[in-house]
Amino acid sequence: MSFLPWEEVPLSWFLLLSAVLFSLGVVGFLIKRNLITVFMSIELMLNGVNLSFVTFAHQWHTVKGQIFVFFVMMVAAAEAAVGLAIIISVFRARATLAVDRIDLMKL
Amino acid sequence: MSPHLSIWLIPLLPFAGFLINGILGCRLPKWMVTTVALLAPLAAFGVVLSAAAGVFGVVPLQGLLPQGLRPWNLLPWTETCPFAWINAGALHVNFSFVLDQLSLVMLLVVTGVGFLIHVYSVGYMGNDEGYARYFSYLNLFLFFMSVLVLAANALVMFIGWEGVGLASYLLIGFYFEKKSAADAGKKAFIVNRIGDFGFLIAMFLLLANFGTLTFAEIATKLGQDPGWQGGVVTVIALCLMLGAAGKSAQLPLYIWLPDAMEGPTPVSALIHAATMVTAGVYMVARNHVLFNHAPFALGVVAVVGALTAIFAATIALVQNDIKRVLAYSTISQLGYMFLGCGVAAYSAAIFHLVTHAFFKALLFLAAGSVIHGLGGEQDLRRMGGLWRKLPFTFAVTTVGVLAIAGFFPFAGFFSKDAILYAAFLQGPQGRFLWFVGVVTALLTSFYMFRLWYMTFLGEPRSPQGHPHESPWSMRGPLAILALLSIGGGWIGIERFGGFLAPVVGAGAAEGGSAQLELVLSQVAVGVALLGWLTAHLLYREKSTLAASLATAFPGGYKLLAGKYFVDEFYGAVVVKPLLGLSKFFLEWVVEIGILGGAAWLLGGLTKLAGAALQRWQSGNLRSYAAWVAAGAAAVLLFLLVPWATVLASLTAIHLGVAGH
Repeated sequence: MSFLPWEEVPLSWFLLLSAVLFSLGVVGFLIKRNLITVFMSIELMLNGVNLSFVTFAHQWHTVKGQIFVFFVMMVAAAEAAVGLAIIISVFRARATLAVDRIDLMKL
Repeated sequence: MSPHLSIWLIPLLPFAGFLINGILGCRLPKWMVTTVALLAPLAAFGVVLSAAAGVFGVVPLQGLLPQGLRPWNLLPWTETCPFAWINAGALHVNFSFVLDQLSLVMLLVVTGVGFLIHVYSVGYMGNDEGYARYFSYLNLFLFFMSVLVLAANALVMFIGWEGVGLASYLLIGFYFEKKSAADAGKKAFIVNRIGDFGFLIAMFLLLANFGTLTFAEIATKLGQDPGWQGGVVTVIALCLMLGAAGKSAQLPLYIWLPDAMEGPTPVSALIHAATMVTAGVYMVARNHVLFNHAPFALGVVAVVGALTAIFAATIALVQNDIKRVLAYSTISQLGYMFLGCGVAAYSAAIFHLVTHAFFKALLFLAAGSVIHGLGGEQDLRRMGGLWRKLPFTFAVTTVGVLAIAGFFPFAGFFSKDAILYAAFLQGPQGRFLWFVGVVTALLTSFYMFRLWYMTFLGEPRSPQGHPHESPWSMRGPLAILALLSIGGGWIGIERFGGFLAPVVGAGAAEGGSAQLELVLSQVAVGVALLGWLTAHLLYREKSTLAASLATAFPGGYKLLAGKYFVDEFYGAVVVKPLLGLSKFFLEWVVEIGILGGAAWLLGGLTKLAGAALQRWQSGNLRSYAAWVAAGAAAVLLFLLVPWATVLASLTAIHLGVAGH
């Protein structure tokens, strides 16, 4: 399948992109205060991981990595549903989405 | 004697009885408990009897044996557990039993008298709540006692030795709700520990010097090398004597035995008169080769025995508790046995052990019958005139008193005479010991007849109750023991000594003659008569002589009644300082130092750790996430560059702590 132009793109580029996406997710998770942004950062990390899964699946010509991606996407969808529900109920209870204020478990 | 004879059965049968009654006793019906409790010692006695029958050639085994071999040539018969017991470095000890003439005689006494006392107990303990518990302890005692007797080496003997101590403790403290009984049990146990210390040291020394604990091997090694004389052998023998003095209630460790009378009376008869307390004598006889190589230790044994005999006899003169009189008399008679051992007349000592087992068990059981008949009364001053009400008990007690006082046809005469005769032949020191023994015989006769007069003759001194004769289960054993007390001595010391000679050697009786023996016997009987006469003068009906004597010598009477104040002396010199020291250690070192310190240290550490770690529990979601990320990064770092991990984690913790 040499007609595809990105066939020539080296493996490391994909992995680098995956790492960049993941790191963006981590940094976003750590520095953002809005709960929804934090949530989106998690999705970003998951997709970064997904990218490296499919990269390796392609590289090794196996289907396992792709199956994993399906699983991750499914879990992410479920998580989005549950997570958004939690966010809504938190907002109703505290009238804020700033993670620093949600600290009931502090000593 | 059959080669298939299993002497293992002798201890194991009572042990089975102990297990059954100990575990299931409280659920089984009473007749079943009784059956198990009686069958176990009876079966053991049967095994012993069959062994004895083989040894004495009653059973025609000659055809089965090789030519020229008589049955008793098979002794000693050793049975060793096929599995190695202790195998540690140079130390090899087998769990082995040996049946020889000495252990056979002891076994006959232990299981025979033991069975009789079991039967007696059925009547005596019939209404007790702890019926099954009592019999399981009694069977346990028989188990350990037969292990002690059958032991072929010192370590197996030590198991039995400690085990009978345990059984004794349990039975002295049988009425443990009573504080005095519980205390008496503890006292017996603790005083015995002092003796056991001596036994242990002796075992260590035996191992270090002979490399073995087996009695036969030690005897062989001692026989091979004439260099074993005195020195370390003396030390070993003295340590063994310390152990024997503890178990057999000799000076200075006798104090536990009078208190042991807190136990049920059959227990006093079985453990604290007939069998367990004679274990010390048996142990000395079993190790006689060691003692023969240590003349000094032998002298110590003789002197301790003679001193104990007269010391305890003087205390017994003025005691008013019927069981305590018998307890001091037991100590005194054990002194005789040690005197016999000390003059190397081991067979005479064992002979006295056997006859003493008969008549002292008889006396104790008769005392139990009196106590039973009077509903628990033990004070001689509140008895009197009982011969009319308890004629059977009166008759058997008379036999026992005559036997212990040493009147001619009764058992005690023969054995006591044998010991005194052997002592007399040991030169001037021996004559002195003989003299002490004769004086003791006088005292013995006196206090036993005092007991007899105060209990059975005269007027009833207590208005209470209707004394009643005991049931047949109690009278049967009394009758058998009375017959044995009359006829047991007729074996004669010659035949008895000849039988034991292969084990303990023949007594070295030099310079003796039948005429001298006759004279000495006449002296002994005369002295016994004198004791009777004195007791008659002092304690016959309405005599006030005894009371006036006590007032004439108030100091002496007080000294004797207070048992020479030995308990008080030990209390002040040993117990009190020890208690004070223990209290100091408990309160200051253990409580405050170790326990308090540990609690303080643990608490402080936890507090400190909490103070440091609580910073992580900030409640801040993003800081948790940061730690998760840092952890993941640390794992990654460790996988890629392990050496950098430590540095990085330290930095991270520093940042983390400083950051908050």
